[in-house]
Amino acid sequence: MIKIEELNIQSAHNHLVNGDFSAVDLVKECIRNIDEKNKDINAYLEVYEDVLKQARCADERIKNKENVTELTGIPIALKDNILNEEKKVSAASKILENYRATYDATVVKKLKDAGVVFTGRTNMDEFAMGSSTENSAFGVTKNPHDTKRTPGGSSGGSAAAVSIGGAIASLGSDTGGSVRQPASFCGVVGLKPTYGAVSRYGLIAMGSSLDQIGPMGRTVSDVEIMFNAIKGKDEMDSTSAPDKQENKKLDGKMKIGVPMHFMDGIDEDVLENFNQSVEKFKSLEYEIKEITLPNVKYSLAVYYILMPAEASTNLARFDGVKYGLHKDGKSLIEDYFETREDGFGTETKRRIMLGTYVLSSGYYDAYYNKANAVRNLIRSDFDKAFADVDAILTPTSPTPAFEIGKKSDPLSMYLSDIFTVQANLTGMPALSIPSGIVSRDGKELPVGLQLITPHGREDILFEIGKKL
Amino acid sequence: MEIDDKEIEKLADLARIKITNEEKKELKKDIESILSYVSEIQKISSDMPDNRFNNSELVNVMREDGQPHKSGFYSEKILGEAPQREKDYMKVKKIL
Repeated sequence: MIKIEELNIQSAHNHLVNGDFSAVDLVKECIRNIDEKNKDINAYLEVYEDVLKQARCADERIKNKENVTELTGIPIALKDNILNEEKKVSAASKILENYRATYDATVVKKLKDAGVVFTGRTNMDEFAMGSSTENSAFGVTKNPHDTKRTPGGSSGGSAAAVSIGGAIASLGSDTGGSVRQPASFCGVVGLKPTYGAVSRYGLIAMGSSLDQIGPMGRTVSDVEIMFNAIKGKDEMDSTSAPDKQENKKLDGKMKIGVPMHFMDGIDEDVLENFNQSVEKFKSLEYEIKEITLPNVKYSLAVYYILMPAEASTNLARFDGVKYGLHKDGKSLIEDYFETREDGFGTETKRRIMLGTYVLSSGYYDAYYNKANAVRNLIRSDFDKAFADVDAILTPTSPTPAFEIGKKSDPLSMYLSDIFTVQANLTGMPALSIPSGIVSRDGKELPVGLQLITPHGREDILFEIGKKL
Repeated sequence: MEIDDKEIEKLADLARIKITNEEKKELKKDIESILSYVSEIQKISSDMPDNRFNNSELVNVMREDGQPHKSGFYSEKILGEAPQREKDYMKVKKIL
C-alpha cells in the first residue's frame, strides 16, 4: 500500500526504479486521495483525464531505462495560471473559464521532458490576486488542517494539493508571497526563486517586475530537485537570467540575520515559535545576529502601489477579442466594458482601478515613481545587511491560517503579506519551511519560517533549510 | 484621502470596466482606504539619489530578428481560442 504522505521525490523515485510500484500505481494513489478529499478541500479545479496515459509513458521510460530522471513518474500539480498545451487554464477567472492553452509554459515543457505526471490544475485567487484563495471564481479552497480556515494564497490549491497527498509536489507562482504563505499555512515547503532564475514564458502575468514561478513540496530536497529541473535562462523570456550557481561555494560557519524590530504586532504564538527556531539555529552552531532594515516598514505600501500598477497594465489584454470570454455590447468599446464587467471578480477590478489611479497623470510621480525610489532604498537595506550575514530569517506569515471570510476588508488581507513582499521587491530568493504547530480551537495549525538570501543563492536556502 | 464619484467614474472608464452604483460606493471606500495606507511613502524625503527604478543589474535585453516560423503555423490553434472569427481573422465590430 502506497502512502503519498510518507513519500518524497527521492524515495518515490527509488521505489519506481526498483519496481516496488509503478508510476500508474503512484498516481492512482494520488487520485484516490483527491477523490476522497477534494470535495471538501477544493484544491483541484480539474484532474487531467490523461493522467494514467502520462503515467504509462513514464513507466515505459523507466522500464526501458530511457532518459530516466528523479522526476520521471512523479505526480505534480500545476497552479491554474501556468500554461499546459491543450489543457484548460483559467487563472481561476470567469474571463478565461474555457480557455485552452495554445502552448506549453517553459517550466511545463522542462518537466514534461523530465517525465513527470501532471495530475491537474489547482485553485488560486483570481489572477493570483489574494492571500487566501477566497478570490477564486470557482469556489474557496479550504485548509486541510482545519476546513474553517483558508489555505493561504494565492497558490492555496497547490499547497493544499500536496498537503492532502493529491500530488508529491506542485508548482505555484509568487508575486508577493503567493507560494510561501500558503506553504506555511498548509505545512509544506515553498520556494520563491531569484527574479529571473525561472522562465515565466507561459505564466499568466500579474506583476511583471515581481512574478516568479516557484515549487512546493513536502521537503526542502523535493523543492530543490524541482527548482533544479525548472531553472535556467530561456530565450522565450528575456527577463530570465543565466544560472551562476556552479561558480559558488558555501564556506564555513554561516551567519543568520534576524530583524527583531520588524516583529511588532505579530501573533504571540507565531513569535514564540519564531524565537524557538532562532534558538534551534544557535544550537546548530549558526551565528545569529540582530540586524536592522530601516526602510522595510514601507515595503507593503510600495508593493501595493507597484503590483496594482503592473497588474492593471497586464490585464488590459483581456478584451473579449483574442481569447476567453466575450460579452456583446452595442459597439466594440462597449464589448470591452461588458466583457470585463462580467469576467473579472471584485478584487481584480479593485486592483485594476487602483493601478490605473497610481499610473494616471497627476499621481504618477507621487505614487509610482516614489514607490520605485523607495523600492531601491529597501533593496539597498538588504544589500547592506547581506554584507554581514548569509541569510535573513523571519516568520513567513504574521499569523497561522486565518478563518474563511474573516478578512473581508481588502487592507487587512494585504497586511498578511508583511514578511513576504520584500523578496519580490528586491528580487531575492526566499524559502518557507514548516517550523512547528500552534493550537487554535482544538486544531493544530502549521506555521512557517522564512529564509531570504542574496540573488542567486538558493544553495544557501537549501543548505540551511535542510538542517531545520 | 478623498476621491469623488467623478474620479471613480473616470478611472473605471480608463480601465474599461463598467461598474454599477453599488460597486462604485464599495470601490470608492476601498480605494480611499488603500491609498491612505500606501501614502505613508510620502513621508520619506523626496531628496533621494534617483527617482526611478534604476540599478546596474537591470539592462534592456535585445535580440536579433531570427528565423521566423512558417507563416500560418500557429494560426489555427490561436484563432481557435478567439470568441469570434471570420476565416483567418479575429472578428470585431466595425470601428469607423
